[in-house]
Amino acid sequence: MTASEPESGRGRPRLGVFKLASCDGCQLTLLDCEDELLALAGAVEIVHFPEVSSRLAAEGPFDLVLLEGSVSTEEQRELVHAVRARTPRLVAIGACATAGGIQALRNFADHEEYVRAVYARPEYVSTLAAATPASEHVRVDFELRGCPIDRGQLLELLVATLLGRKPQVPDESVCMECKRRGQVCVMVARGEPCLGPVTHAGCGAICPAYARGCYGCFGPKESPNPSALSARLSRDGASDDEIARRFRVFTGWAGPFREESLRRGR
Amino acid sequence: MDADERTYRVDLMTRVEGEGRFLLRVRDGVVERAELSIFEAPRFFEALLRGRSIDEVPDIVARICGICPVAYQMSAVRALEAALGVQPTPEIRRLRRLLYCGEWIESHALHVFLLHAPDFLGYESAVEMAADHRPVVEMGLRMKRAGNALIELLGGRAIHPISVRVGGFSRAPARSALAAHRDALARGLEDALAAVAWAAGLEAPDFEQDYVFVALDADVYPLEEGRGIRISDGTTLPEADFETRFGEVQVPHSNALQCRMLDGRAYLTGPIARLALHAERLHPRAREAWEGTGMSLPVRNPYLSMVVRCVELVHAFAEALDLLDGYRGAEPSAVPWEAADAVGYGATEAPRGLLWHRYAVRADGTVAEAKIVPPTSQNQARIEEDLASIGPELAAMEHGAATRRCEQLVRAYDPCISCATHFLELDLGRE
Ligand code: SF4
Ligand code: SF4
Repeated sequence: MTASEPESGRGRPRLGVFKLASCDGCQLTLLDCEDELLALAGAVEIVHFPEVSSRLAAEGPFDLVLLEGSVSTEEQRELVHAVRARTPRLVAIGACATAGGIQALRNFADHEEYVRAVYARPEYVSTLAAATPASEHVRVDFELRGCPIDRGQLLELLVATLLGRKPQVPDESVCMECKRRGQVCVMVARGEPCLGPVTHAGCGAICPAYARGCYGCFGPKESPNPSALSARLSRDGASDDEIARRFRVFTGWAGPFREESLRRGR
Repeated sequence: MDADERTYRVDLMTRVEGEGRFLLRVRDGVVERAELSIFEAPRFFEALLRGRSIDEVPDIVARICGICPVAYQMSAVRALEAALGVQPTPEIRRLRRLLYCGEWIESHALHVFLLHAPDFLGYESAVEMAADHRPVVEMGLRMKRAGNALIELLGGRAIHPISVRVGGFSRAPARSALAAHRDALARGLEDALAAVAWAAGLEAPDFEQDYVFVALDADVYPLEEGRGIRISDGTTLPEADFETRFGEVQVPHSNALQCRMLDGRAYLTGPIARLALHAERLHPRAREAWEGTGMSLPVRNPYLSMVVRCVELVHAFAEALDLLDGYRGAEPSAVPWEAADAVGYGATEAPRGLLWHRYAVRADGTVAEAKIVPPTSQNQARIEEDLASIGPELAAMEHGAATRRCEQLVRAYDPCISCATHFLELDLGRE
């Protein structure tokens, strides 16, 4: 395999990391690659990554941009468009950037009410009524799921980019990972509600491995069947409100989860 | 004669967590403005917690901060357990303290070696610094990895652990699984001891301030639980009374709200405050390391925070080893609880300082109200006062160097802007 020519045509691929409304956990995942960090930093050129370097060049151009966070202010809406124009490869990282994140819960509620609940002087807070994923605003070339993203999947994405191939990120369900891990199903064994059957793989089924149900932080898998899961949860005694609440956490704004939660709750 | 007006500003602070800027304006030697502003978008955590189920709280509040999720989880379970009258077993408490040690290690190592050290050695980033100081950066990464590995074992993953529940853990590790971390932690302890000597040897600007120190009150070095909040003026108050001494106030220069003492004073929370109030409770290895620096207590120079963080790294590694050696398993890994109409308060020591939570919950198992005061909201006023204090002496420096000096000062606090944003603070000051 040969290394791909950076499209900006100047040496090492130029990396940008941008942040919108987020907790910084997804970009921190990059710094949590302790064993690979220095090698990575040698293989790419860090052009703009405020959490890491004071040398900033937000204008780019970039070969790869990792975008964390959801669009939740007017400035962020403008930024996401600007960033899109500066890179051939825009990768949304994490539940915030790919599904709106936990802050997208406000999309279901009265926004004014939220602002009033937190700030004494709500008239000064300028935010959009909704927190939305990058893909609702611009074309996104690839998405890494999770809240936070998985370190292994991030490394795979970076290596694939360096080598100019497609990242191998399976879109099966958490259930598949769970079964491969040889775990006893928490739903079958203990009637514990678990979103594993409808959730995108990538975490390694850690929740069931730690004796609790999956809470869906990687968002819906490819063609999930959330209604079938809801039916099962209600057979096990969950109320409609509870079912709606379970679909509506870190990736509740993602299409299939949103629709299912709206079908079940308010 | 023209007025001598100097403005030092950075519009996007780097090597900090989250998005903020500062501005310092000095005219004829008099400081006109000293502001740390936060423009990170709010995420409304307190509002979105309303109506959620009590057992979801540790999962949700973790997302306030990717660097210190455990701190949010720990303050939340403390407050909720206080509300519901839940008493976790000693073994659960041991695991919580151990988990929190992992977070202190991960967060302090990140701050010292990847974010702040480049200020002292004259680099734009740790990556550039590594070209000339590779062993130091590798040492930091090694410690950070050991801290993260501990969180991964106890919590399932390093960022946003999944095992922390009201009442305990969804699953406790086997003794053998924990014992497998012993070597990495022992190596970490050696690294941390070396780090103290290294950090103490760096040249820090001369600068001393009079601080009011605030930290959790405890019999041991304060971390995951305490019996109140201690102020260096000699008072101690119950966690429930936090709002009788501290609160948000309006400051004229920027319209921003900051957490101060109700008498208007700014105060300091975090490593320097913890050391000032609890030095005698440090682990003996950490005490020894601190004494080896020859520095005196209390530390009044914020530029020395990195040294104190390294001392706390020693403490966290040494204590983690002790906790691990004394572990005999923790079954059951959680104690049962029942929802009730109740209010509870809980504070713990996040890597950056005191993190206070209050929850009102309902018998139907939901959250009625949440209030969260993160460390950076509390330190923000103090950061501004420090900026104002260095203002006059910056005139003797070249402008770029003076601006970097300001940045170094702000960074010394390890401000976590993502945390601060979602609660009390907001940049209301428009230029
Ligand atoms: S997806 Fe989760 S971990 Fe990533 S930035 Fe958003 S809240 Fe943080
Ligand atoms: S525990 Fe959850 S993820 Fe695992 S098999 Fe059962 S439903 Fe699927």
